[in-house]
Amino acid sequence: MEEILKLLRKDARLSNAEIARRLGRTEEEVAERMAQLEKEKVILGTHAILNPDKIKDAGLIGIIEVKLTPERESGFDAIAQRIYNFPEVRLCYLISGSYDLLVFVEGETLQDVAMFVAQKLAPIAHVNSTATHFILKKYKEDGIILSDPQSSERLPISF
Amino acid sequence: MSLSEEVSLQKKTRVSRVVQSLPPSGIREFFDLVLAMDDVVSLGVGEPDFVTPWTICESAIYALERGRTSYTSNWGLLELRREIANYLYRRFGLSYNPESDNCEILPTVGVSQGYDLILRAILEPGDEVIIHQPSYVAYHPLVTLAGGVPIILETTAADGFRIQPSAVENLITSRTKAIVLNYPCNPTGSTLERAALEAIAELARQEDIIVLSDEVYAELSYEGEHVSFPTIAGARDNCVLMSGMSKAWAMTGWRMGYLAGPHDLIAAACKIHQYSMLSCPILTQYAAIEALRHGDRAMHDMVDTYNQRRRVIVEGLNQLGLECHTPEGAFYAFPSIKCSGLSSVEFCKRLLTEEKVAIVPGTAFGASGEGHVRMAYAASFEAIEKALAGIGRLLGRL
Repeated sequence: MEEILKLLRKDARLSNAEIARRLGRTEEEVAERMAQLEKEKVILGTHAILNPDKIKDAGLIGIIEVKLTPERESGFDAIAQRIYNFPEVRLCYLISGSYDLLVFVEGETLQDVAMFVAQKLAPIAHVNSTATHFILKKYKEDGIILSDPQSSERLPISF
Repeated sequence: MSLSEEVSLQKKTRVSRVVQSLPPSGIREFFDLVLAMDDVVSLGVGEPDFVTPWTICESAIYALERGRTSYTSNWGLLELRREIANYLYRRFGLSYNPESDNCEILPTVGVSQGYDLILRAILEPGDEVIIHQPSYVAYHPLVTLAGGVPIILETTAADGFRIQPSAVENLITSRTKAIVLNYPCNPTGSTLERAALEAIAELARQEDIIVLSDEVYAELSYEGEHVSFPTIAGARDNCVLMSGMSKAWAMTGWRMGYLAGPHDLIAAACKIHQYSMLSCPILTQYAAIEALRHGDRAMHDMVDTYNQRRRVIVEGLNQLGLECHTPEGAFYAFPSIKCSGLSSVEFCKRLLTEEKVAIVPGTAFGASGEGHVRMAYAASFEAIEKALAGIGRLLGRL
């Protein structure tokens, strides 16, 4: 992966100037490349990675496995589109294995998610079945371990 | 009169005279000051700030669960020696025999133990070992302990702290047994170009001198590929390569190094190893196997990060007006602080007490380190920025 992208994946708030400094390039070069990456939709957007345990009204995510019957012309795509267009859907992947779509649904309460699945998702034509899972505890989010990191035991000085 | 006769005539002492004669490690007083202080921003550390990659830790845990808690052969696990041989071949094009017959690889407890072993294996009392300085603090005391005589070759900032083959030549006597090379170098971050390596190899061959090449920072080379000394034509037979897992794989606490070289030398080192150490800890050996098999990706990520920090620290130092040759390897910057008008120790003491920033005086690595300080960029960007800001404020007050 290109170095700018590696840096941004770790910390999207790095300024162009800081990226330039770390990579030994000029700020202009970085700005130009950033504009290009955004234009080409390599960078889709940026968001903070939040710790839901520390946010009172963080809501919750339901993980839904969806089995589909593909359509003759469009396969899974048109059905997937009907699903992912709902703003409640945070993530939607077509995957291999024992079901077809993996869908993350966001709601304020368990009922919200359950109702969404029952009333919106499950009744869609070609959706054969759904299985809903709820997250009990998050250990790692987007590469970040949520428990407090252990402090370093390095000596402050060594050779 | 021989050395032993001379010693026997002297008064009996509890601690041997040789040990008494050794300098304390570094500058004791300064280090005590650092250790006594809380909340220090430290760029004084000679080890990675990363934790060992999990795949390595996990394989050691697995080995423990499987009850792998025994001694191993003095020569270490064959599986490990084979991985070391594979690694040296795929990374540097080096061929060393890992198999039991005529084995050329010996796992050691860190590079330091490997160095100690090979010195004891080759030195007769009074043999001379040429050591370039500024360099790692253990090189010359271990020569003394092994009965040898360290001969210091001072390198200078003007030469980028690179060893000059002509200077080596000037120090060679009939007693010269070995030359220590450490490139990329702790504390200077310098590397040595191929031409110099070739000239040293030629000297070593002509004068029958063994080159002890400590290449533990080889993976941390930022400007071009590392040239391993024994890859130089004609160098292999006179060279013992010393390396290990500590720096590149963030495994300092595991204590895993190795020697690679001609069988006669490595077997001699193993002869001492079998009596003094028996074998390297088995868990560490399993951890090293995993590091060499599956540790590349994690290692490269760390190296990329060091490289970014290197750019930030060198630019920062130059902006502060501190002259700093660009370190091509390791994770140290070695700027000149001569413009401050302070000695290295004074500079570091004031930086510590006034700004709570810990760095190491260049003189800890030999007298020729005077006027310089070692700043390790194996530290977070935040720590680097804080240290630079502290230096800026200190310079402003001088």
